[in-house]
Amino acid sequence: MFKILKYSFYDLARSRWSYIYFLFYLLLSFVLLFLNNDLSKAIITLMNVVLILVPLIGTIFGVMYYYNSQEFTTLLMAQPIKRQSIFLGQYFGVACSLSISLFFGLGIPFAMYGLFQSAVVLNFIILLVTGVFLTFIFTALAYNIALSNLNKIKGFGYAILLWLFLAVIYDGLFLIALVMFQEYPLDNFSLIGMLLNPIDLARTLIILKLDISALLGYTGAVFKSFFDTNKGFIISFLMLIIWVLLPVLRIYLVSKKKDF
Amino acid sequence: MTTLNHFLILLLALFFCHSVNAKTLNICVTGCSYNSIQKAVDEAESGDTLIIKKGVYKEFDITIYKKSLYISGEKGTIIDVDNKGYGFRVEATDITLKNITIKNILMSYTKEYAALFLFKSYDFVLENIKIEGAFFGILIQKSKDGKILNNIISGEGTTEANTGNAIHLWHSERIVIQNNKVQKMRDGIYIEFGNFCIINNNVSKNNLRYGLHFMFSNDNVYTNNMFNNNGAGVAVMFSKKIKMINNTFKKNWGPTSYGLLLKEINDAEIKNNLFEDNTIGINVDGTNRINYTENTFYNNGYAVKVLGACYTNIFTHNNFLHNTFDLSYSGALNSNKFEENYWSSYVGYDLDKNGIGDVPYRPVKLYSYLVNRTPEAIVLLRSLFIDIVDFSEKVSPVFTPENLVDNKPLMKKIEW
Repeated sequence: MFKILKYSFYDLARSRWSYIYFLFYLLLSFVLLFLNNDLSKAIITLMNVVLILVPLIGTIFGVMYYYNSQEFTTLLMAQPIKRQSIFLGQYFGVACSLSISLFFGLGIPFAMYGLFQSAVVLNFIILLVTGVFLTFIFTALAYNIALSNLNKIKGFGYAILLWLFLAVIYDGLFLIALVMFQEYPLDNFSLIGMLLNPIDLARTLIILKLDISALLGYTGAVFKSFFDTNKGFIISFLMLIIWVLLPVLRIYLVSKKKDF
Repeated sequence: MTTLNHFLILLLALFFCHSVNAKTLNICVTGCSYNSIQKAVDEAESGDTLIIKKGVYKEFDITIYKKSLYISGEKGTIIDVDNKGYGFRVEATDITLKNITIKNILMSYTKEYAALFLFKSYDFVLENIKIEGAFFGILIQKSKDGKILNNIISGEGTTEANTGNAIHLWHSERIVIQNNKVQKMRDGIYIEFGNFCIINNNVSKNNLRYGLHFMFSNDNVYTNNMFNNNGAGVAVMFSKKIKMINNTFKKNWGPTSYGLLLKEINDAEIKNNLFEDNTIGINVDGTNRINYTENTFYNNGYAVKVLGACYTNIFTHNNFLHNTFDLSYSGALNSNKFEENYWSSYVGYDLDKNGIGDVPYRPVKLYSYLVNRTPEAIVLLRSLFIDIVDFSEKVSPVFTPENLVDNKPLMKKIEW
């Protein structure tokens, strides 16, 4: 598996898309910091970008890479290599290369603008970590979609739909549900709703570490205990890990059984 | 003629007697005529001066009854109450207490032990007094015309029940509270049934409940104060004609925190204040005829939250800068008005260049309206969907209150 990972990773490291992705974040962070020297403000703006773009790029890139390397995959399968290690290796190769682009693209400008001397280091680390998590989650989801659809067009369609659903539609449905059932106690429902969507989860995790968390705690005792203590942070983090593990597990199981 | 002469002589004699009698009593731990403050107070007469030399005095419940004294310590004069009761208990007019440190007041769940307790005292001055480990700091009841200046009061309480207030006025009038620093108490300054008081240039921070608290108190003025990191900055309740000018409300941040809490207030003036980093800048509940002018709201959760039963609240020339929500509003608009304010999220244009935007601004966004109705929707804060919804609502308003608009939003930040 690690050999495949290494090959995939080197393959992607030579591809210009990784560089474009890296340069995009580099430029974005530099521009943000240039226009507004305030690190914490820049982090909030970046949060919005990371929450939308990272899942999108992760999904598209994951699907694209799977379909593009199908020939190579077929070649590999003719060799005495375990199938799971082929697919998992490829998956981790993609996810790692995207994560590294993100990590350095955001990290270098902030480090240059004196991140380590400022009080927001922790917030920034949380942002990076959630970004990396989102990359792993959405690449895994994309791989699942690609594994289940031989048809490229269909695969791409589902992938984009998945992103659209989790990034926008889910929140819409969720809001409608909240408004419709406003007569009922909704604290636990809304918290669980947040945990079931990785993008909302990542958003919650970042907001928890920014000052706005007090505004959320204002709503009631359940929110207060969730958002004002470490409990919320730990639960959100565990959920993110589960969100990575489940799709990866499915890649493992499907690739074991799948007939090519 | 002779009667007049006699009278003059008598008067002179009286004056002479008096000035002879006004003596100075020195108190020190060892070596003076007095080593106990209580003993000196007992033997002093009205008009006397008591100097408490430096040293630690283990005394409590020092009682001054109907004697006009001038009591002053010096640097290093410490009265250690040692958790046994009050510091001073005073019922006197024309009394001055100065330059003393008082420590370790008894904590009680049934009695209000204070470092300085003044009852029915008039024309008093409390100056440069440092109170550490206070239960109540300065407790004043049924008194008039006092001055509380340059004092430093701090407590060590952990819950609202086991702490008292730093400066507590009850049924008192015309008290000046100036240049004090109070912290880690329940309320920094608490005024109940207090009228015509002036509160100026104080710093009230890290208090468990309110930085400054008015109850049933009318015609008071507070200016140039700093309220930092309290449960709520200032609570003004059931009071009339309060002037709030040039104060700073900062970092009153937490799940139930307000910069300024207004409850059943009439005819107040709120001017030139700064509200920064509060969960709610001003919480407005049942208030009438209040002018909010030239205030700056910066980086608050809600800048202003208006609950019901408010009439004629006029917001003009305020700066609303980068708040999560500028305004949350319940109920009908009534005669409340928002006009000529600067809103940082205003994106209109000004073609005739008169400094006033040509497009009205709607301070209530759809999301803040939704959060108002369904508080749990707050979990969607900063989500992409919410941004889309807010944007479409801005383009064509459907849900947000129709007449809740600033018709003359300013293009530039107000300076004063």
